[in-house]
Amino acid sequence: MILVYVEAGAEGVSEVSLEAVTFARGLAAAGGGIPIDALLVGRAPESAAKELAAYGVRTVLLADDDDFDRFSGAATAAAVIAARERANAVVVLAGGTNRGNEVLARVAARLDVAMAANVVAFEGLSPFVVTRQVVGGAALEEMTLVRRPAVFSVAGHAVEPVAAETGGAGTVQPLEVSLSDEDRAVRVVSVEPVSNEGAGNLKSARVVVGAGRGAGGPEGFEEVLELAALLGGSLGVSRVVTSLGWRPHHEQVGQTGSRIAPEIYIPCGISGAIQHWAGCASSKVILAVNTDPEAPMMTKATYAVVGDMHEVVPAINEEIRRRRS
Amino acid sequence: MNVLVCVKRVPDFSGEVLLREDAQGADARFVGFTLSNHDSCAVELAVQLAAASEGTASEGRATVLTVGAAEAVEQLRSALGVGCTAAVLVEADPVLLGPADVAHEIAEVIADHAAAGTAYDLVLLGNDAADSGDFQVGVRLAHELVRPVVTGIKTITVGDGTALLRADGPDGHETYEVPLPAVVTVLEGGVEPRYPTITGRMKAKKVPVEQRELSRPPQGSGRVRLTVPPAAPSTAEIIGEGPEAASAVVDLLQRLGVGR
Ligand SMILES: Cc1cc2nc3c(=O)[nH]c(=O)nc-3n(C[C@H](O)[C@H](O)[C@H](O)COP(=O)(O)OP(=O)(O)OC[C@H]3O[C@@H](n4cnc5c(N)ncnc54)[C@H](O)[C@@H]3O)c2cc1C
Ligand SMILES: Nc1ncnc2c1ncn2[C@@H]1O[C@H](COP(=O)(O)O)[C@@H](O)[C@H]1O
Repeated sequence: MILVYVEAGAEGVSEVSLEAVTFARGLAAAGGGIPIDALLVGRAPESAAKELAAYGVRTVLLADDDDFDRFSGAATAAAVIAARERANAVVVLAGGTNRGNEVLARVAARLDVAMAANVVAFEGLSPFVVTRQVVGGAALEEMTLVRRPAVFSVAGHAVEPVAAETGGAGTVQPLEVSLSDEDRAVRVVSVEPVSNEGAGNLKSARVVVGAGRGAGGPEGFEEVLELAALLGGSLGVSRVVTSLGWRPHHEQVGQTGSRIAPEIYIPCGISGAIQHWAGCASSKVILAVNTDPEAPMMTKATYAVVGDMHEVVPAINEEIRRRRS
Repeated sequence: MNVLVCVKRVPDFSGEVLLREDAQGADARFVGFTLSNHDSCAVELAVQLAAASEGTASEGRATVLTVGAAEAVEQLRSALGVGCTAAVLVEADPVLLGPADVAHEIAEVIADHAAAGTAYDLVLLGNDAADSGDFQVGVRLAHELVRPVVTGIKTITVGDGTALLRADGPDGHETYEVPLPAVVTVLEGGVEPRYPTITGRMKAKKVPVEQRELSRPPQGSGRVRLTVPPAAPSTAEIIGEGPEAASAVVDLLQRLGVGR
């Protein structure tokens, strides 16, 4: 049996969790049709179980008593371990979010087994060998998971989330979890919803204009900010920009910043390192502006303009204003 | 407030990654080594917390620790240069270590220091290492120590026997309250790591580094080999060069229906 720890919010099952279930289906098929169960912790909308059924899940275990109202890594790990015992899972996986990785690391530590973070593929079942992202995805590592259960998280975008051809039953079963005092000791005590400023806005923006080291300095952002304003979009930046203190960290796009999914992303003077790409790969269209036509961002983009951003961007702003008047 | 901060010496990659011939690690001969952003922020938090309790009964101290090659002294010195006051090197070939080994060695140092009268109220680590990206040393360490752990935090406020920790969760800014002693892993972005001053660097040179050996043979990481994925061929359509491209760009924006 394969167990997937699933994260869900008010809008249903998170995209990364659906990716993890999709990944689990590949594993299940390779193992000759191993059933997949999912664990939901905390309050989840009714629709979540139906969604999971459509993705091929047999049983949805639900740990939703008061102890799970606010996130606790320790309590969640206890629930995963209870679910794995009940279903006798040989594989335990989750989406490769910070939360998914934390919970799995706790499970692995308690069960004294290895944990592979950010897996993109499995190479074989016996021995159980996975390929995972290291150096933020710039390199890959093949790793053997010797002991059972095999515990790993699935890297974002490792697979496309697709529903199963034949869905699973998705039967909901409550899961009793007995928690120790230590499991209850630490939890989130308050959550302050993100305001529409900054990162919250960036994540849901339809248009994002990006700027990297090519901006040249803290005063080099006026033109890209103007373009973002003209298009009703937000500014996103690379880590070089935040590390140098040119712009605040909440504007950072990438593996350790925000993941964006706009209609169009316009990265200017950003080389497109894999860790930046991790945050913008879901953009529908990418229009890159860079002096170097060989920069990874320029070759991976949908459209590219070769040129100095300090010449190209003002010309675009001017052209937009001209057509509007 | 007595803080231990654990850091890892990692290759300073921003572009392409080169591998060693045996594919067991990165070849950093041409890029040099550094501390990851997460670890630098953990060091900054450690130094701030220690400074905040300076002069109180629990004299503020920040000790930096690494498990790795002898050359990792360079990273210890850089942490000493920004205000850490003591340093520990557990010398080992980093290629042979897995995250459980590292966690165990850190736990050994903490136990030995406790036996010698130095108890750490807080142990800080990065959330994930920039090279191996295991996302687990802090969690495994806390499990060995039987202490609470919170991961991915940005800022820390210490109160009376507890700490308030702030993190960015899926639903917004989260606050955790944790009883001390505890283990906390740090994500970049909550604090600005300071630069070392010249006097800081001078002082750092004089601090003796506690040298240790591994307490047991390492179990390893399960690594078979590393590879670098080949670059995909270009798929981009070049729509223009220089400012003359503006008209084609705005045509494209209009076709996509943005910004009207
Ligand atoms: C574990 C890990 C996590 C990371 N997480 C992130 C992350 O979340 N987000 C992130 O962005 N990075 C992240 N990085 C860093 C990443 O590897 C790169 O170093 C960073 O993205 C590079 O930023 P950049 O593109 O602005 O700078 P550079 O790589 O220096 O590129 C600058 C680009 O600008 C172009 N240019 C220069 N001048 C001009 C001009 N006048 N006009 C137009 N183009 C110009 C150059 O041709 C070049 O392509 C991470 C790294 C690691 C190891
Ligand atoms: N060899 C090491 N020595 C000291 N600290 C380490 C070492 N490896 C990892 N760490 C710490 O553990 C964090 C998470 O690493 P990891 O779990 O390997 O991704 C790092 O950011 C460091 O703070």
